[in-house]
Amino acid sequence: MLTFTIRRLVLAVPTLLFISLVIFLLLELAPGDPMAQVPLTVPPEVKEKMREALGLGQPMHIRFWKWIVQFFWIEPQVMIDYYFGTSFSEGDLRVISWQTRSPVMDIVVQRIPQTLWVVGTAYVVAIIVALPIGIYSAYRQYSWFDQAGTFVSMVGFSVPPFFSGVLVIVIFSVQLGWFPSIYDTTHVVNSWDSFVKQLQQMVMPVMVLALQITAQLSRFMRASMLDNLNQDYVRTARAKGLSEYIVVMVHVLRNSMIPVVTVIALGIPSIFGGAIITEQVFKVNGIGQLLIGAIQANDLPMVQTLTFIFAVLIVLFNLIADVLYGILDPRIRYD
Amino acid sequence: MTELSNPTPAKPPRSQWLDVWDQFKSHKGALMGGILFLLIVLSVYFGPFLWDIEPTKIDIRARNQGPSLAHPFGTDQLGRDMLARMMAGGQTSVSVGITAMLLALFLGSFIGVLAGYFKRLDGPLMRLTDLFLALPLLPLLLVMMLLFREPLNAAFGLERGIFILIVVSIGITSWMPTARIVRGDVLALKEREFVLAARSIGTTNTKMITRHILPNVLSPIMVSATLGIATAIITESALSFLGLGFPPDFPTWGRLLFDATDYLQQYPERVFWPGMAISLTVLSVNYLGDGLRDALDPRIRGR
Repeated sequence: MLTFTIRRLVLAVPTLLFISLVIFLLLELAPGDPMAQVPLTVPPEVKEKMREALGLGQPMHIRFWKWIVQFFWIEPQVMIDYYFGTSFSEGDLRVISWQTRSPVMDIVVQRIPQTLWVVGTAYVVAIIVALPIGIYSAYRQYSWFDQAGTFVSMVGFSVPPFFSGVLVIVIFSVQLGWFPSIYDTTHVVNSWDSFVKQLQQMVMPVMVLALQITAQLSRFMRASMLDNLNQDYVRTARAKGLSEYIVVMVHVLRNSMIPVVTVIALGIPSIFGGAIITEQVFKVNGIGQLLIGAIQANDLPMVQTLTFIFAVLIVLFNLIADVLYGILDPRIRYD
Repeated sequence: MTELSNPTPAKPPRSQWLDVWDQFKSHKGALMGGILFLLIVLSVYFGPFLWDIEPTKIDIRARNQGPSLAHPFGTDQLGRDMLARMMAGGQTSVSVGITAMLLALFLGSFIGVLAGYFKRLDGPLMRLTDLFLALPLLPLLLVMMLLFREPLNAAFGLERGIFILIVVSIGITSWMPTARIVRGDVLALKEREFVLAARSIGTTNTKMITRHILPNVLSPIMVSATLGIATAIITESALSFLGLGFPPDFPTWGRLLFDATDYLQQYPERVFWPGMAISLTVLSVNYLGDGLRDALDPRIRGR
C-alpha cells in the first residue's frame, strides 16, 4: 500500500508539471493584450517598459520557469513566513495579478472562506440527505419511494444550476421575499441576529448546489446497495438470525459505502473549485467568481494559478480516493 | 428426444433488436423520454415552418408583452416573439448538443478501441485520458472560449466560427468517460473465442476492429451518446449563461435565459421558458439513456 502511494505520488509530479505546461501554453496563445486598457496617450517606450515590468519581455520558457519557481518555491516560503514570522521570502517576486497588482495567492486566500462556507455546507447537506435516500430506495427497490427518488434525482441531474438558481430566486426572494437574492460577503457574524441573517442568505445557494450533489450521490448509493443486497453474505447474515436492521445497516451498508466514500472524496476538489455558475447566480464572491472575473479581464497569472490549483486538487483527491479504496476494501491489492 | 424429432421451431426467430425494443418499451420513463425528445427536436426544427415570425424581427411597440394569441410565449424587451426565439435557440442548442456528442463519441471510441486493442498504445493513451480527466474542465473551456473566439470568427464568420469553437471545445473535453468504458469492453472482448477464431482465419486488425469489435461495443457507445447530448447541451447553455458563448443577438436557450435574468423582477415567466426547455430536453435524454442502458444489457433484459 505504501509503495503504491509513493509510486502514485511520484507519478503525480510529472503529471502536474505537464498540466501546468498545457495551461501555460494555452494562455500563451491568448490574443488579448494586457496593455489594451492603457490609454493611447502613454508613449510606446513607456508601454514597452510596462510590459517588461509585467515580465512579458522574456522568452516563453523563461517565463514558464519563473512561474514555476514563484509558485513552488516562493509561495510556500511566504506561507511559512506568515505562520512562523520568519523572513525567507523577503525581496522575492511573487505571482502578481495583472488586475489588482497584488499577489495572486493573497486574493485566493481572501476568497476561499466564502467558497468553503457555501459549497462545503452544500456538500455536507447533500451527503446527509443523499445517503438515507439511497439506502431506503435500494432496500425497497421499485417501490413508490424508489420511483419518486429516481425521478427527483433525474430532475436534479437535468436542471442546470443557472435555471434552478434563478427559479429559487424568483420563488423565494421575488415572490415570497423570504431570503435575500444576493449573498452579502461583507456580512459579519457576531450576534444571534447576524447569524440568522447569514443562514438566510446561505439557504438558496446551498439548496441549489445540494440538489445537484444529492442527485448524484443518492443514485450512486442506491446502485451500490443494490449490488450488495443480493450477495451471498447477506443471505448468510439473515440465515444466522441477525435482525434486518443489523443486516442492512451494518453488513450491507459498510460494504456499499466503499465506492461511495471514494466518490465523495473525488467530489471534494469541486468544493474548493467553487461552483462557478452558482456563485455567479447568487453573486457569492468566491473562487469561481474570481476565476470568471480574471478570465474576462485577461488576467493571465491569476487564471494560470487558479486553474493549476484546481488541477493539483483534482490529482490529489484522485490519489486519495484510490488509496482509500485500497484501505477500505481488503479485496483490492495494488501491489 | 422430443426436441430433436420436432426440428421446426414453434415461434419465428426473434432478432436481437426486437428484444431490445421490447425491453425498452417496458421502461415507461425511457419511452416517455424518447417521445419527448423526439417532439422537442421536431418542434425546434420544423416549428419555424408553421410559426413563421422572424426571431430577429423587432417590434418595439409590442415589447414586454405577456402571453397572448399573437405571441403565445410573450415578447421580449425589443418586441421580438419569444416562441420564434425559443425555436431558433433550440435549433442551435440541439445542434450543438448533437454535433459535440458525435465528436466526443468518435474521439472516445477511437481512443478506447485503440487503447483496448493494441497493447502497446494502452499505457500512453490511458495516461492521456487520466491527464484530461485531471484538467479542470469548465475553467479550461472558458479559457478556450476567450482565446480562440477572435481567430475562428475571422476565419469562418461570426456564427459559424463560434459554433465550431463551442462544438470542438465541448467535444475534446468530454470524450474521456466513453474512452474508458470502450477500452474496458474491448479488453474483455479481445479474449473471447470468436476473436481468436477470426484471427486464426487471418483477419487483419482493421477488419477485426470494424467487423467484430465495434459492433460488440455499440451498446455502451449508444448509452454514452445519450448522456453526451445531455452534458453538451448543459455545457453550451452554461457557457452562454456566463456570457462566453454565442453572441448576444444570436439566440440559444442559455443565452435567452441569461438575457431574461435582467428582467427577473418584472417578467419572471421569461426565465421559465428557456430554462424549462433545457431541463426537459436534458431530462428526456437522461431517461432515454437510462432505458437504453437497461435494454441493451442482456443480463437485465427479459427480467
